[in-house]
Amino acid sequence: MRQLVILAVVFAFIAAAPAIITSEFTQNVIIMVLYAALLGQAWNILGGYGGQFSFGHAAYFGTGAYTVAVLQVQLGVNPWIGLVIGALFSMAVAAFIGFATFRYGLRGSYFALVTLAFAEVLRILSNSVGFTGAGVGILIPLAPGAANMQFETKTGFFFLIWVLTLSSFLVVWWIGHSRFGASLAAVRDNEDAARALGVNAFRVKMGAIMLSGLFSGLAGIFYAQYFLYLDPYIAYGPAISVESLLVPIIGGMGTLFGPLLGAAALHVVSEATRELIGDVPGISLALYGALLVVMVMFMPRGLAGLLARLGVRRRAASGEMPRA
Amino acid sequence: MPDLAIIVPSLLNGLTTGALYALIALGLTLIYGVLHIINFAHGALLMVGLYAVWFLNTRLGIDPYVALLIVPPAMFVLGYGLQRGIIGRASHGRDENILLVTLGLSIVIENLALYFFRSDTRIVDTPYSFETVEFLGAFLPLPKVIAFFGALISAAALWLVMSKTDLGRAIRAIARERKGAQLVGINADHVYAMSFGLGIACLGVAACLLLPSYYVTPSVGHGFVLIAFTIVVLGGMGSFVGALIGGLIIGVVEALGGLFLGESLGQIGIFVIFILVLMFRPQGLLGHKV
Amino acid sequence: MTGETKRRGVDRRQFIATGAAALGLGITGFPAVLRAEATPVKIGLIHPVSGFIAFSGTQCREGAQMAIADINAAGGIKSLGGAKLEAVLGDSQGKPEIGAAEVTKMVEGGIHGIVAGYASSISLATSQEAAKSNTPHVVDVGVSDQIVSRGLANTFRFSPGYGKIAQFAVDNLDKINQSAGSPAKTAMIIHEESLFGTGTAKLLSEKLPEKGIEVIEVIKHANPTRDFTNIVLQIKAKKPDLIIPANYYNEYVLLARTMRQQKVEAKGIYSVLGGAASSYKFVKEFPEAAEQIMDCNHWFDPTSDVALARKKAAEDKGLFYTYEVFLAYNAVAFLADAIERAGSTEKDAIIAAMAASTWDGHGMPYGPTKMVDGQNEGAQPVNTQVLNGDIEVIYPEEFASAKPVFPMTM
Repeated sequence: MRQLVILAVVFAFIAAAPAIITSEFTQNVIIMVLYAALLGQAWNILGGYGGQFSFGHAAYFGTGAYTVAVLQVQLGVNPWIGLVIGALFSMAVAAFIGFATFRYGLRGSYFALVTLAFAEVLRILSNSVGFTGAGVGILIPLAPGAANMQFETKTGFFFLIWVLTLSSFLVVWWIGHSRFGASLAAVRDNEDAARALGVNAFRVKMGAIMLSGLFSGLAGIFYAQYFLYLDPYIAYGPAISVESLLVPIIGGMGTLFGPLLGAAALHVVSEATRELIGDVPGISLALYGALLVVMVMFMPRGLAGLLARLGVRRRAASGEMPRA
Repeated sequence: MPDLAIIVPSLLNGLTTGALYALIALGLTLIYGVLHIINFAHGALLMVGLYAVWFLNTRLGIDPYVALLIVPPAMFVLGYGLQRGIIGRASHGRDENILLVTLGLSIVIENLALYFFRSDTRIVDTPYSFETVEFLGAFLPLPKVIAFFGALISAAALWLVMSKTDLGRAIRAIARERKGAQLVGINADHVYAMSFGLGIACLGVAACLLLPSYYVTPSVGHGFVLIAFTIVVLGGMGSFVGALIGGLIIGVVEALGGLFLGESLGQIGIFVIFILVLMFRPQGLLGHKV
Repeated sequence: MTGETKRRGVDRRQFIATGAAALGLGITGFPAVLRAEATPVKIGLIHPVSGFIAFSGTQCREGAQMAIADINAAGGIKSLGGAKLEAVLGDSQGKPEIGAAEVTKMVEGGIHGIVAGYASSISLATSQEAAKSNTPHVVDVGVSDQIVSRGLANTFRFSPGYGKIAQFAVDNLDKINQSAGSPAKTAMIIHEESLFGTGTAKLLSEKLPEKGIEVIEVIKHANPTRDFTNIVLQIKAKKPDLIIPANYYNEYVLLARTMRQQKVEAKGIYSVLGGAASSYKFVKEFPEAAEQIMDCNHWFDPTSDVALARKKAAEDKGLFYTYEVFLAYNAVAFLADAIERAGSTEKDAIIAAMAASTWDGHGMPYGPTKMVDGQNEGAQPVNTQVLNGDIEVIYPEEFASAKPVFPMTM
């Protein structure tokens, strides 16, 4: 309950942002932080809570993004309907990949690499078939208006991503307090022991990967509507898979607030290095990379772990699911 | 339908290209296969090696094959230092942290290269860049033929190191039973760093053999990382002969995939094989049961 | 990245000059210098200077900055009391979303105009974002025709899109072929898999048959492609009269090198958007492989003194004079000319001045500027060929510096 209260306060606080902050640039930063938090939370369900490290979340992200775009461009389907279909497709892709991998008992780095390979297969396919626009990419026509999910102000997009991200956090909160979550934790900590206790590991992992895929897909749909252009590298490229795992690991895997902390920290670090160094190509990104290493060095359990260690909000970080 | 007459040259070419991939994968099979470190910086370190070869050639006039005496030892030192000083220290023994540290390192290395060398495509001009060897009606580029034999020799050398030397025995002991190995007096940090250094030295060899038929830019490594991981898994984690055979297979699959499916879609063959191997024979072709 | 850092960095020379002036004039001179400075006009330059396409991004930035330096040296914007142009630099890292975020940031920093993109995907994102605040936006390279067909009033492109380029490539290839007695009957297209290669290849394979040239094979390849032997073997087996590559520099280098190794013979090698005959770097590094190769690409007017002077200035800075450099240069100069004529930094005034532009100080084979829905209708590529180790323009005739050599004589 306590966590739910904190969650409500944090998101209520964020919701007030557009009313207080008039700077479009800052609004955009907040939107991108929420978007990264959504990507990260999606990964966190499977990676943090389920212990299954995926390197291929672009597979779900890209499927959501392409679905909403292709439906609009090729079939004239409204993006709000596209959002529902895209989310379902992402979930279906996750179910397929999950079935193919968990069925054969792939774990650890094998699972990581096979998910990466699936994402690459989808990238190559989207580059070869006609209805995605192949290498030319797909451009969603400009049609400003909430009915077309192309809001005229940043505030509209802000509330869209706010709702999507909040829903992912609520689901993760539920995971932390449900039977399903307990089974997932048991599978993560020791799959064989969990089996011995009667947990159906396969079903639990399938549930996790489908939820994970669903939210990644929603992030992809948001991306498509916000930027209106996709190509195979944007949608299925490794950059999205890396961002998906970077955010929760920096923030604290297997914690409710980790992805939000991670998303905020990464944006702050990235903006700060750019402000500090300016525009010499390479140097600001090199500093960003170095800070990444330093963060891992001094916060091996992410920001949430650090907060817990410092005794701030003791429960917030450790209350969920302490790792064995 | 491709012309039958080009299938033989295409296969031979696939083998030589595959040998180059195998060279890059050899270092990885040591690092990933033996130490279970998923090294995201592998591509970036290959790029470092390539720049080193390019620099020696264009500034000091040292032939890439002579650079074999300089670059691999230097890369060994770099790898040892990175593992001992940064990766080992920052990772706290957690897989996800190793992943992030190597990712961070690759960002640092790539962008420093961008800063120091700019983003221009660099090549080396050697007297033999355009030389070919005629074999079974195919013109095989001389640098690739040399790389092919280089890969064979490197795999054999690594196998010897791993099976016949104290270092090799220590690495294998650590890989199998870290705690036990430490109990019998093996310095785990040192052995980890030695293995990492050895793996990176392999990249140095690969760089010397690759550059005469390739180019270098700060982001050149990306194109090889995934292929290298595929080969390592395909061949069996930690198996050098497996990596060699895996590399050759991938080279041939790529060549035939390109021929029959088109060069762009043909890339899919590599990943499909990878997925199938993981599903049905996750220990790889020559690996032990996991 | 910000205006502030920029001022500290770039204007050092100006600072020294001001300082020297102050020293020379004594204390009383200093305020006078300050008063003489009109409010600078801020131009945002957003390019992918890191990441995969960093080379092109850096070249664009260099070209754009040269334009700003030249305009400032010539007295700035005279209608605004000699206001200096001030570059505000942004790095899109090759990602559309970061490019768009840079636009948002610059708009808030009070930017007066933006020159951006390089890649089509990034140009789409930056122009769309700039349109929300009606900020004048010039696309420097991005060849996708979707950029200017979306009805964004703020968006202009000074250079040609790939539709125009492909049509031009086909028409001129036909002319070259006919005047040699139509020796070329077949062609093979080798193209990269992203927007420019795929789009160009599609148009070419539709239009070449109308000119009596059969396209016997279209090969699409990935970026990066690590080995071109397979593709070259297919070229050898099919023996096309013409080889038409459309790819990025790295892949082009490997393709050209492999064609030489495999001793490919053809009547002509004719690249569209990228190739040996529009790359001084390639000609310098592979003089023999480059000889007699033809391109259809962005190029300057070799009969224009303005163009040659700029080329020399760029080469004196140690730059290869690539299409990125002069296209970005002209995108900035086009924008600056509009600001000059508008006599104002009002967004609508600048946009109106761009739409009505007849500017011709570009040194390009474009003639006077004529904007139709944001696209410069006069913009066109040219045909170039490597002849005796130098790049010559061979078509259209009014800009030609040499006669085409076709079929290849080697």
